Amino acid sequence: METIKIAGTEDTPNVILDAANDIMEISGRSLPEDVASFYEPVLNWLDEYAKSPNPKTVFNFKLVYFNTASSKLLLDILMKLEELHENGAEVLIKWHYPEDDEDMAEAGEEYADIVDIPFEKVSHAD
Amino acid sequence: MDDKKNVRGFLEFVYEFYKSMKAHEITLVYEGEITHQITKAFTSLTESNMAKEDESGSVQRKVFHVMVECLQNISKHADEFSSNDYLFAGRGIFLVSKGDNEYSVTTGNAVDNSRIDELKEMLENINSLDKEGLNQLYKKQMKEGRLSEKGGAGLGFIDIKRKTGKKLEYHFLPIATDTSFFLLTSTISRNL
Repeated sequence: METIKIAGTEDTPNVILDAANDIMEISGRSLPEDVASFYEPVLNWLDEYAKSPNPKTVFNFKLVYFNTASSKLLLDILMKLEELHENGAEVLIKWHYPEDDEDMAEAGEEYADIVDIPFEKVSHAD
Repeated sequence: MDDKKNVRGFLEFVYEFYKSMKAHEITLVYEGEITHQITKAFTSLTESNMAKEDESGSVQRKVFHVMVECLQNISKHADEFSSNDYLFAGRGIFLVSKGDNEYSVTTGNAVDNSRIDELKEMLENINSLDKEGLNQLYKKQMKEGRLSEKGGAGLGFIDIKRKTGKKLEYHFLPIATDTSFFLLTSTISRNL
């Protein structure tokens, strides 16, 4: 399966989707000019991945900032992962947030409320 | 400005303008088309200024967030307004001010009068809700709302109110029979 690596910029996140090495991560900042087209390859990749997923999927969100338009697309990603989980695959979401960032911690709680998938919040120092 | 007197008059105006900005504690003002490039430039400028002034991380993040949402609102909505009037088509004003206790971010852009009721209703509803109510509304909108063609999710105002905890103050001023100037200001406390 194809690996996606998108290097982060000041307004778009770093994305790694590597099924062979079990690395799935979105990190950094997300306020793209066009959110829908930025996240389209990510959503397509997840559709493809769902056809033959790894026995266990750990998806890491390690964002320091995202705008409200991105929040909607992050939910779309989580809903695809929820579907994967509903279909019997083992899925874990790891929501990393800076320890002093209450808003980012709350955003994680909010998503954990909406989607029904094992969800782990992890605080980090930087 | 082809004679000295007019140049001097203009320069005096600039001085008055400068004093007026100082009096209102305005740190950034921009008039014109608001693009993604402008959004990036202003947010990074304000971010580095706040870092230099040792503003707390939490205040910095909130100011950054409010700026992004306000600028993206204008860049996504201002050009819906089709006017032949060069003063208002596809443009807006963006202003940041910094007082002892708070920052404020203000935007202004022209809107068709037909949109005023809908905007007022939305803002009044958001202003009437407490944090829990705002969280519910945000979730509902995120789940049910669709991304507009321009990429707006209708979430910006809700999120500004819940992140700042302050009412969204707004005002409509008539431009012509069918258009108004929509002004909106958000405040972020510096004591977070």
